[in-house]
Amino acid sequence: MKIPLIYNVRSVLQRPLSTALTALGVGLVVAVFIGMLALANGFRAALARTGSPDNALVLRRGADSELSSGVDRQTASLLAASPHVAIGANGRPMLSPEVYVLIPLPRPDDTTAVANVVVRGISEQAWDVRANVTVVEGRRPQSGRSEICVGRNLVSRFAHTGLGETLRFGSRDWTVVCHFAAGGSAFESEIWGENEQFMPVFRGEVFQVVSFRLRDPAGFDEAKRALEADQRLTVDVHRETDFYAAQSAILGSILEILAMLITSIMAIGAVFGAVNTMYAAVASRGPEIAVLLTLGFHPRSVLASFLAESAIIALAGGVLGCLLALPINGVVTSTTNWASFSEVAFSFRVTPRLLLAGVIFAVVMGVVGGFFPARRAARLPVVQALR
Amino acid sequence: MTHARLVLANLGRHKRRTVLTILGVALALFLFASLRTVVTTIAATAEYGGARRLVVTNATGIVFPLPMAYANRIQALSGVHAVSWASWFGGRYGDNKRFFAQFAVDPESYLALYPEISLPEDQKEAFFQERSSAIVGRRLLEVFGWRLGQDVTIQGTIFPGDWTFTIRGVYTPTDQVINDDMLIFRSDYLDERLGRPGITGWYVVEIDDADQAAAVSKAIDDLFRNSSAPTKTGTEQAFNASFATMWGNVELLMGTIGMAVVFAILMVSANAMMMSARDRTGEVAVLKTIGFSDRTLFGLVMAEAGIIAFTGAVLGLGSATWLYRATNFNAMGFLPGFQVTPRTLVLGGGVALLLMLASGLAPAIRAARLPVVQALRRVE
Repeated sequence: MKIPLIYNVRSVLQRPLSTALTALGVGLVVAVFIGMLALANGFRAALARTGSPDNALVLRRGADSELSSGVDRQTASLLAASPHVAIGANGRPMLSPEVYVLIPLPRPDDTTAVANVVVRGISEQAWDVRANVTVVEGRRPQSGRSEICVGRNLVSRFAHTGLGETLRFGSRDWTVVCHFAAGGSAFESEIWGENEQFMPVFRGEVFQVVSFRLRDPAGFDEAKRALEADQRLTVDVHRETDFYAAQSAILGSILEILAMLITSIMAIGAVFGAVNTMYAAVASRGPEIAVLLTLGFHPRSVLASFLAESAIIALAGGVLGCLLALPINGVVTSTTNWASFSEVAFSFRVTPRLLLAGVIFAVVMGVVGGFFPARRAARLPVVQALR
Repeated sequence: MTHARLVLANLGRHKRRTVLTILGVALALFLFASLRTVVTTIAATAEYGGARRLVVTNATGIVFPLPMAYANRIQALSGVHAVSWASWFGGRYGDNKRFFAQFAVDPESYLALYPEISLPEDQKEAFFQERSSAIVGRRLLEVFGWRLGQDVTIQGTIFPGDWTFTIRGVYTPTDQVINDDMLIFRSDYLDERLGRPGITGWYVVEIDDADQAAAVSKAIDDLFRNSSAPTKTGTEQAFNASFATMWGNVELLMGTIGMAVVFAILMVSANAMMMSARDRTGEVAVLKTIGFSDRTLFGLVMAEAGIIAFTGAVLGLGSATWLYRATNFNAMGFLPGFQVTPRTLVLGGGVALLLMLASGLAPAIRAARLPVVQALRRVE
């Protein structure tokens, strides 16, 4: 027969301070666990959302980032004529040959600090090819003018990015005519303008990448094979989503490994706390346990009961940890993505799955910490303890 | 003497509890030291820089090159002692699981400007003689099991194709902030193969007098202001610092986690101390009856808390210091010179002191103020 859970709940409430301290210890571990994984999560999500599964991204063969790539005009026009490129409503191929450079922008809070911000020169088709991008304020830059559109995430963090203001880079002045959103992706940390305007200012007659919409999204492999086998082209073709996700791989896994490492060391400390608390609980309730055993409860029930008690304390801690970690959801932070050498702003993402993982983590800590004390309770010599 | 034995006997009563608490404190301080060392290492790289070295980059952005022709014009400026140049290569080796930096440099002038990159004279000479040779850091040699004289092939991502270098030298940095996993090869090899018309990534300029840094920087930038490639010149320290800030707010992140760790452990050890104190209410009353003063009892409890906190601190801080020194950890080249600083150890000691006060003070005061008669009733 099982010992009712209410017995454990009442026992826990008997020693509120000790329980609270143990739960708080577990809670802090869970909060750090959720917080760090939310950071890794947010970073990965920002890059994963950057691409669209319907798009292909073409880079020079061997280039592993947009920055190190180079695609000449001839290649771009050959790609535009490819049957694998979708045709837009206006009858033109949905393809955007893009200039990709990094410019240093001073941070407003610290004059010595500089962020490498992506400047992307796009063709007019890009607004249709990159379907997740929408202008939220102002109008699109006009062809032939020194006009730029600034990603939403840059606006609050850098000076001269407001509508109508003038931003100077590449030895020229650029008027900000719009702000754009891109579903929280890394695009929101970029500055967009016309490719033909950026070419002479930066790297001359060369694009860095070509992005195009696949005529048949399911036919990516065929398109990749055809284009990479084409003798006139020396290119690599990537599915856009895969390419950008791969850009987050290194830093994303560093953050995850760091999260695991830090929280597992912390967890060991918290388990030690739970062990101490539960041993003390068992020691101070010797006669009580003996009575339970005398009444006919199976030692296994006693074991389960004390494990449950430890789990309850840890569960309370887990819930507390979730509450502590929740406020960071959506907080925007930024770092340099070393894979692309550019600064990316992203927000912490606390997902329900992450919260659940945190709670499960807490319960595991409780059960692990409660096991040996619970076993001692179950093995208590009855006669001796009853004295 | 007797007091010390009493404290030790008390600690030995619940051996498991004492050991677990000490280990908990040790883990916390290990983490504390590790997290802080991330911050201090980044700060050390940001502060590093030869006082007499300036770095000249393209004002449009660090990824844009500068014309080779600038070298002579910079050299001709007054206050300039020597000029060298380098480029970022950005290649991949093997499966690219282990990243390392490669630079193309002008051999003689670069090594003259960087005495910190030290290698034997004969290896230096071999590097100067052979166009396709390269020198590598000691760590890199060990990681990949390379040998002197071996050919190493790297795939260029910026400059396409396979590039083969012959390892002719192994350098050991004299300052731990300098990365010991770089591959340095000759820029004339790069230029020859690319057939590129005299461009380079950046210039390093050594000036006669460190106090003239601002003036010479301005003179260089003024010189090229109206050219097709305007420059941005600053001290090497400022250059390194701008890289350090690219990590974002690491200090805040590490600081927050560190606080959480310290607090979590505080809970655990405070809890253990209070449990011990509760167990012994009767005992304390007996001790008081036989003549122990309030002050002595206060001291006994505090001493117990102190031993737990400081034993844990010595274990945790000691193992962190030892581990990073023994494994020569550098986070795959991202954090060169990852060593626990003395200041971190002092701060860790401060945390231990805080721990002792927070976990010992309440039980110690309670022990000192315990009303004897009442407490004795509970003694059987």
